[in-house]
Amino acid sequence: MRRVIFFLLLVLSWTTPAQASQVQEVILENGLKVLLLEDHKSAAVTFQVWYRVGSRNEQDGKSGLSHFLEHMMFKGTPKVGPEEYSRIIAKNGGNSNAFTSEDHTVYFATMSRDKIGVEIELEADRMASALLDGAYFDPEKNVVMEERRLRTEDNPATALAEVTGAVAYTVHPYRRPVIGWMADIQALSRDDLRKHYQTYYVPNNAFIVVVGDFATQEMLAKIKQEFAKIPRGAEPPKVTVQEPPQRGERRVILKKEAELPVLEIYYHVPNLKDADSFALDLLSVVLASGRSSRLYQELVYHKRIARSVSADYDGLSVDPSVFSLTAQVMPDQDPSQVERAVDGLVAQVRSERVSDREVEKAKNQVEAAFIFGQDSIFGQAMRVGQYESVAKWQLVDSYLAGVRAVTAADILRVAKKYLDPDQRTVGTLIPVKEKSQ
Amino acid sequence: MKKFITVSVLLIAVLCMPPWSEARLSPRRSVLENGLVLLTSEQKALPMVTFSLLIEAGSRDEPSDHEGLANLAARLLTYGTRSRTALQISDTLDFLGATLSTGCSEEAATVSMTLLRKDLDTGLQLLAEVLAGSVFPAEEIDRQKQSVMASIRAKEEEPGQIAESKFMEALFLKSPYGRPVEGTADSVKRIDRASLLEFYQRYYRPNRAVLAVVGDVSHQEMVERLAKVFRPWEKGSPSMAPNPLPSPGSANFIRVNKDLTQANIIIGHEGVPRSHPDYYAIQVMNYILGSGGFSSRLMDSIRNERGLAYSIYSLFAAEKYVGSFQIAMQTKNESAGEAIRVAVEEIRRIREQGVTQEELQAAKDYLIGSFPLRLDTNRRVANFLSQVEFFGLGLDYPERYPDIIRGISREDVLRAARRYLQPEKLIVVVVADQAKAALKTPLDTGKGL
Repeated sequence: MRRVIFFLLLVLSWTTPAQASQVQEVILENGLKVLLLEDHKSAAVTFQVWYRVGSRNEQDGKSGLSHFLEHMMFKGTPKVGPEEYSRIIAKNGGNSNAFTSEDHTVYFATMSRDKIGVEIELEADRMASALLDGAYFDPEKNVVMEERRLRTEDNPATALAEVTGAVAYTVHPYRRPVIGWMADIQALSRDDLRKHYQTYYVPNNAFIVVVGDFATQEMLAKIKQEFAKIPRGAEPPKVTVQEPPQRGERRVILKKEAELPVLEIYYHVPNLKDADSFALDLLSVVLASGRSSRLYQELVYHKRIARSVSADYDGLSVDPSVFSLTAQVMPDQDPSQVERAVDGLVAQVRSERVSDREVEKAKNQVEAAFIFGQDSIFGQAMRVGQYESVAKWQLVDSYLAGVRAVTAADILRVAKKYLDPDQRTVGTLIPVKEKSQ
Repeated sequence: MKKFITVSVLLIAVLCMPPWSEARLSPRRSVLENGLVLLTSEQKALPMVTFSLLIEAGSRDEPSDHEGLANLAARLLTYGTRSRTALQISDTLDFLGATLSTGCSEEAATVSMTLLRKDLDTGLQLLAEVLAGSVFPAEEIDRQKQSVMASIRAKEEEPGQIAESKFMEALFLKSPYGRPVEGTADSVKRIDRASLLEFYQRYYRPNRAVLAVVGDVSHQEMVERLAKVFRPWEKGSPSMAPNPLPSPGSANFIRVNKDLTQANIIIGHEGVPRSHPDYYAIQVMNYILGSGGFSSRLMDSIRNERGLAYSIYSLFAAEKYVGSFQIAMQTKNESAGEAIRVAVEEIRRIREQGVTQEELQAAKDYLIGSFPLRLDTNRRVANFLSQVEFFGLGLDYPERYPDIIRGISREDVLRAARRYLQPEKLIVVVVADQAKAALKTPLDTGKGL
């Protein structure tokens, strides 16, 4: 399930965490939490501000508000002109951007050690006094609608994920797309933006993650200097909606101009706060990570009925999310045949233990990826931030130990418990011929 | 309004450009006995090693009636060697948590591998097998042909891909640069095992390859290990004469009708190869025009002022032997004409008026200041080193780069704009719901081209 909307095309390779125990945590008086991790491999620093607000915090009819606000945060403050933020960062040799997900909105820049202070000043400035400027409101709304056309309307796979999500959740806000429904985007007002900003962009609803080539005390002093003066705000309202248990399979079909059918299956699962999350992680690896995985072997390699397969356990979400299986169907193959093949393999992992060697292989894959992930300071900051956003960053520390402790019996147990046909939603993209003009 | 940044910070940007990247990369180069160029950068922070191999075995090397041969050969490298089946290869890699992938472009095939330091023996053995002992089993050929044909089909639902391939076809006509690297369903179907083996034996030779290795391994250790493990990989006959270069296609207007909400637009013409003396002046000019992210003129006029597009950029893609210039954007069908008009107006403006001193300085500051960020992971360093060798830039390139950029003047930028932006040669491709886009010719979109 594609959960994240990016402000500009940004390739975010999934990475695993730093030696997170070296993270330093400091909480300022205004409630702003600061997480610092020194890493001197390369001469760069990544600075990220995480606001605990995303589409999860939106109401019906106002979907896309968090994402639209993210765009408008680049329209300046009394000190900085519209779109000046990006220019200033670029002029200082930095790369900057922002993104919104269901759970959070994140602003970031990566720069050399001697310039990162510029980013810190600018982020503090727009946390305190963004203008969300009137003159840029209409053009930017058009930009967001173009973004929706690009990402969803004209992209069959995203469109399928959107409608499948809208059916898998009945009441929880995860049923709404992060970018928002087109009619909702169109109806958003300046007042909506302002209220959302005032409610959620307060230091006590945000945290900072900074990773890279810096000295912690010096960095902390600069952050305090810029952010400590911003007053604490009222506590934002909590989201209390819970998705009721699903009793019986749901199916959804999307007919759209496309070349190849796509099959998407969502199962409800707990997030990483649950002890089952480690086994769910490994289950996804056994099923579809690498060319020797079960789904790949059967569907892509032997039967040649799928072009690609993936299994994704989405434990990094504030509320319980989904375990998804996705298959792109080969030309001239029937999606229902692919579905039967997937069913067969899922039934297998629900009835028999996977081999010890498969468990060991999956653990090796996870551990190697964990080390490879430390190659990127941005990736490390993302992981620390995701954990903090969902639970607490300290859980990063117990991740590998948790994975190592999983047994074949655990994988069987979670497969039985969660990959239940009665608790799944199946989405199918059926390609249709283009309209004749 | 715009004086937020303290002056002291800006001064540091200009004065302080130590050759740190050179020092931290400390790249080393050797040519092995079999002709393989080896580049290394020892990075001990993590127990991992990253490999990036570039080999001149791209689609420009394939015979014209065998479109897709080079790509298929690259894909099949990891699907069977003298001592391992496809499944054994993938199971070995997965068990180590290692990654080994291949790719192919017009000019080169690539092999990338990342593994833990402790698995170096197995990884090198696999790499050597793949490069010198792939056997192209008939069943795997059949499987990969089917997979490539599916991939060709899948691209047909991506409007950006359709626009790109139509543009390249119109620009580079019948040359290898003008056709998809994957080939066509028909051409792929025709490829047989004999031609794959012949291509492999002829082009997959160490004297056509560059290997960059970055991570927890020393140069000396790599030289010694590779001398051993690559012993069976023998030098080939010297490089063949390069294919005749394509003569670029003339101005053109190409429309593809699809049931879409957005028009996918590419506007462009020929560019310059990487070795061109004006390459850097062009890159600075293009940063200001459309590659400078949120700071570019195209971003300002098309996205920020008019809200016409989410993504808009221009690109001078410089390959070893050819280059192209492209502006790419997507806008709702109905505003296709306006977006094209504004983009062409920006081309005209930079050609007529050049750029301001402030714009030039901002471009230089970004290009110089962000250079180290391009080298912030082992993977990026490995890819960078193999490119540096492939394009003949020299290992001192990171040191020289700031001076090259600093030396570019407003006059250089103006000259580059006038010489390398050619409105009379524009090829315009629009993939859209044509009834809604309602474009007759790009000429009636405003002031004409």
